[in-house]
Amino acid sequence: MHIVVVGLSHKTAPVEIREKLAIPESRLGEALARLCSYSGVREGLLLSTCNRVEVYAVVDELERGYGRIQEFLADAHMSLSSEQLTPHLYWQTGDRAISHLFRVASSLDSMIVGESQILGQIKDAFDAALAHKATGLILNKVVKKAISVAKRVRTDTKIAEMAVSVSYAAVELAKKIFSDLSEKTVLLVGAGEMAKLAARHLIASGVRNVRVTTRNPQHAVELADRFGGAAVPFDQFREDMALADIVLVSTGASHYLIGADDVQRAVKQRMNRPMFLIDISVPRNIDPAVRHVDNAFLFDIDDLKFRVERNRGERLQEAEKAERMVQDEVGVVRQWLQSLEVTPTIVALKTRAEDIKRAELEKAIGRLSNLSSQERDLVEGMASSIVNKLIHHTMVTLKTEVASADGAAFVEAARRFFNLNEAESSAVNGETPALLKDGSEETETAPRAGGNNQ
Amino acid sequence: MAALFFMVTMALYFAATVTFLALLLRRAEALSTVALSLTATGFATHTLALVARMVGATGTSPPSFHEALSFFSWMLILVFLAVEFRHRLHVLGSFILPLALVSLVSAAALPETVPTLQPVFRTLWVHVTLSMLGTVGFAVAFVAGVMYLIQDGLLKSKRFNVLYSKLPALDFLDELNQQSIVLGFPLLTLGIITGAISAEFARGAYVNWNPEQTWAIVTWLFYFVVLVGRLTVGWRAKRAAYLTIIGFACVILTLVGVAVKSSGAVS
Repeated sequence: MHIVVVGLSHKTAPVEIREKLAIPESRLGEALARLCSYSGVREGLLLSTCNRVEVYAVVDELERGYGRIQEFLADAHMSLSSEQLTPHLYWQTGDRAISHLFRVASSLDSMIVGESQILGQIKDAFDAALAHKATGLILNKVVKKAISVAKRVRTDTKIAEMAVSVSYAAVELAKKIFSDLSEKTVLLVGAGEMAKLAARHLIASGVRNVRVTTRNPQHAVELADRFGGAAVPFDQFREDMALADIVLVSTGASHYLIGADDVQRAVKQRMNRPMFLIDISVPRNIDPAVRHVDNAFLFDIDDLKFRVERNRGERLQEAEKAERMVQDEVGVVRQWLQSLEVTPTIVALKTRAEDIKRAELEKAIGRLSNLSSQERDLVEGMASSIVNKLIHHTMVTLKTEVASADGAAFVEAARRFFNLNEAESSAVNGETPALLKDGSEETETAPRAGGNNQ
Repeated sequence: MAALFFMVTMALYFAATVTFLALLLRRAEALSTVALSLTATGFATHTLALVARMVGATGTSPPSFHEALSFFSWMLILVFLAVEFRHRLHVLGSFILPLALVSLVSAAALPETVPTLQPVFRTLWVHVTLSMLGTVGFAVAFVAGVMYLIQDGLLKSKRFNVLYSKLPALDFLDELNQQSIVLGFPLLTLGIITGAISAEFARGAYVNWNPEQTWAIVTWLFYFVVLVGRLTVGWRAKRAAYLTIIGFACVILTLVGVAVKSSGAVS
């Protein structure tokens, strides 16, 4: 059993690739079902944000598991072949996979380190996975741990204070185009979370005129009310664009909503006053050709990266502190995972002993047909006692040695001594629900997870 | 005395220019204080040099091109210090100081006094002063245009470097560009009118189409078109930046025309 992550992020893939791979919320359930339908994939979690598409999974065999997940990713998009995809992917397993998830949740791997959005996105992804029963014992534990680590990082380090979200970067850019934001008008197209956040930042920086348009007119009115702005009919916003100094686009549309012609026309109507366009959508909603329009300044989510490059020095310390916290927590999870390896072993061992005892008892009692019920109890009691005494010390040793470096070796030895490997699968499956309950409620210490099953 | 102050000023402007240029490449706040102190001190000695010269000047001697350029340089620094005081825009110094220095060095290269070949009237002082003030406006517009194009280029190519962080917002630069022309244009207009009057007094003809006069009129027409274009059909932003750079090239050509001829009287 291996925990793995396969995915790509803003660090390894350009937005053109990411937008093709992004899984819309509406199709998440279907995608999760497909992921879990691959043989050898026991648990799965899909994290799809503007900056990353990642598959977390528990697989039986490492190499085959990697292959399956890559297949899954490539299948999700017919337009993207496996060859095109591979150079952008990363693969991690074990501690490194767990550490990766923790770092992502703690926003250490974000385009804008310290932003808080990613944690919410992980929670959403986890909720979706739970709703579709895609995760199990291991991922439930690991993801919950990731969320608690992220919270700890946010409260115990200053990383969040320096958090400069994409919206903040957008405001900074706006200030390099417009010296006085209070006179400016912002047009919000779509109601993506990031765009709303950016709009809020802009308003906080002085923008007073807000116009909102969404495909759902009711939604636009509500949003406009909230921002103290005006709603614009969705089919008219392109004509209306000349009124806007700042255009913030974040919709779920899979095609370009704003073309270079639209912007060219708007700039002309504006008598060449500069226009600032921010496209936070993935896939993008503004044609990248807008870059070539004079006096129009288009930035997509990748362009906002520059904020990361800034203030690197002062953030480094806090980030290092956060990294250490992450690594400590990875150690805790590692221990738990090791105990998990021993738990099914103990369960299988007990089942096996029980099976042997029952079979032998049946045989013996069948021959001793004239036993009284008292004698019968005695024989049964003796058999149980022998069996329990025989395996007792093995179980104790397994539990005590599990935390040591050789824990895995003891487990392996016990499996071979008692020939548990064929009997294992049915036994583990039978016990999984009970383990899930224990495992998810017990957040601490590995050995106890095993102890609960005795 | 005036000559000494002049030399000191030149040295100070040189040091300030170097510091301001270094400021373009580095994020050092202390550097800007040094650059500003140098500039302010230079401006003070420059003022003294100009005053000493005025005091020393005898009666109605006509202004030389040397004086005109020195005055231009002084005005540029004055405008810079005013804008700096209001907007704390250090980076403007990195563009204006070199210009002021070049103009001062050119002044140094020219003879300080003009051999008076013909009687000239007081109107000539007015003409030179007004023309130079107009030129200062165009120079600032030029600098704003250059800064605009740099910032525009940085934003378009997404190079968020030190320069990007120091340059002000695009619309501020565009506004500075517009204001400078709006102020410079009427001054140049008056400068040309007084020049024509002086010429009429001196030579009996308002215009005699010599190269610098011709260039002056071409320049005037150019800025007229630029200004009207901006106010009516939206020649702003990038186009305005390009146009003011071209316009300033015309101004330089006019001045070179004058300089070449500056062994004679300013016409």
